[in-house]
Amino acid sequence: MKYALAALIVAVVACLPYQSNAAQQAVVDPLVSPRWEDMRKAFLADAPVVFDPAVQVISPANAENPMQVPVTIDATALGKVQEVVVFADFNPIVQVLRFFPDRAPAFLGFRIKLQQSSPVRAAVRTADGVWHVGGTWVNTVGGGCTAPSATGGSKEWQKRLNEVSGRQWSEGPNAGRVRLRIVHPMDTGLIAGTPAFFLEDIDFSDAAGRHLMRVQTYEPVAENPVFTLNLGPGGSEGVEASGRDNNGNTFRARIAP
Amino acid sequence: MKRLLFVALLAFSVAAPAADFDYGLVARKVAKDVYAFVGRTEDFTMANGGNIVNSGFIVAPKGVVVIDTGSSLRYGQQMRSAIAAIAVGKPIVLTINTHHHPDHFLGNQAFADAPFGALPETRQGIAADGNAFAENLFRLTGDWMKGTEVVAPTQSLIAGTIEIAGRKLRLIALGGHTGADLAVYDETTGSLFAGDLVFNGRAPTTPHADVATWLAALEKLEAVTRETGFATLVPGHGEISHDAAPIRQTRAWLMWLQNSMRESARAGLDMNEVLARPLPPEFADLPVAASEYRRSVGHLFPAAEQEALGNATLH
Ligand SMILES: [Zn+2]
Repeated sequence: MKYALAALIVAVVACLPYQSNAAQQAVVDPLVSPRWEDMRKAFLADAPVVFDPAVQVISPANAENPMQVPVTIDATALGKVQEVVVFADFNPIVQVLRFFPDRAPAFLGFRIKLQQSSPVRAAVRTADGVWHVGGTWVNTVGGGCTAPSATGGSKEWQKRLNEVSGRQWSEGPNAGRVRLRIVHPMDTGLIAGTPAFFLEDIDFSDAAGRHLMRVQTYEPVAENPVFTLNLGPGGSEGVEASGRDNNGNTFRARIAP
Repeated sequence: MKRLLFVALLAFSVAAPAADFDYGLVARKVAKDVYAFVGRTEDFTMANGGNIVNSGFIVAPKGVVVIDTGSSLRYGQQMRSAIAAIAVGKPIVLTINTHHHPDHFLGNQAFADAPFGALPETRQGIAADGNAFAENLFRLTGDWMKGTEVVAPTQSLIAGTIEIAGRKLRLIALGGHTGADLAVYDETTGSLFAGDLVFNGRAPTTPHADVATWLAALEKLEAVTRETGFATLVPGHGEISHDAAPIRQTRAWLMWLQNSMRESARAGLDMNEVLARPLPPEFADLPVAASEYRRSVGHLFPAAEQEALGNATLH
């Protein structure tokens, strides 16, 4: 109650300078998170920052399963971008992933673990060095980061570790879309006796060997990660994906339409 | 500002439960010597205290058989006094948990002094997950849960017709809603307690569902309703019925859900896009359909997705 009230006051105060100073308004966190300043310092340092509705972060307002919270980042409205960093203010491990769209549009779908209700944000750096920030609050019952992975206890995943499934769609409304699933426990290291064990790096290139996108993944990415890329109707000739985890295990796969 | 605060406080006080934590349980007569307590077709809230479930009892010649115990110690206690008022002076000879979901067993404490049975997998499930379930219900319903502790059934039940306290009961061991779901059929009156294999006028829940197994279980239950003696169906949630309509309704929901997950996965949808899909008109007015659909996407879409993605060519 108290917190909601405080948030309300901040929101009301935040509205005041809007008329007089639009530039100042742009750096007031629309999600009213007390952690925003820390996030900005950690990820964006002294670079210019704007909160920008062109950066869409899609995630359910109420996430039913904190172990598998779907997040879709769509910054395609900004055109060509350099880098996208995704973080959750209140997670014990804040950084979720970074991706570097090269030839691929700035679009990525995935699922994350949330320890408690938190803003989930994407900061997108354009060529002029400006960070464009979008985000949304996700409410959850929590426990996503300190609950054991579903497969972690079984021997089954060890045989299937880094097993990849995937598909590319060549027609229909999702023509050019690529979906990739990797078997991996994505252990956060926050559970006693289970060291951090997670995929760190995934690379996508097209059939001609041209680089499409690099994704750096961190502990909060959900178990058995699934990624969705939109390459558009022109990009449906097949994709190569390769990656490795923090223990040096690797995978390489070809996804054909 | 002041006004906003006032409105917020008012909303808060309306949502708070009655101070006496009275579930208002009324035993509804299903058939001669057969009764059910019918809960609301809602989600768990601070207002309903978890009274969203059906439980029941059968008054046999030499004692009472209880089927499920509700969502809390208070529910179990209030249920037991309602039973005592009807089955005056009769002992509880057996309490049954139909499956390992918290709204069906968290009242167990109130019956812990009498024989207690469930399918073996249900017993294991309650022992393993009971505390986590209880914690979750404390969060959702607050003080209604006061004093509630997990009590797991002590006996394993096996499928078949048993005679208990002078009454013939058919125990039908099925699954699909969870790993083990027990239906109880009272041969004397043709009353079928279906547990959560059947929902009536409320969207089914799926946190531990295996849809194919569940659909097969519904076939078996529907066959029971075609027996000449059949008279009444008590679903796990929702109104009592005298025909198989709730079975058909549950089946229609599950089949739609299964097809919808498969189609979405084959079309390449991301989970957020699946969540955003509208409900078909036939389920638009079904209570809690929107929230159960969202939960079910989380439970069921990953498997459908995996099936649709197939294996990439490995190098
Ligand atoms: Zn259930």
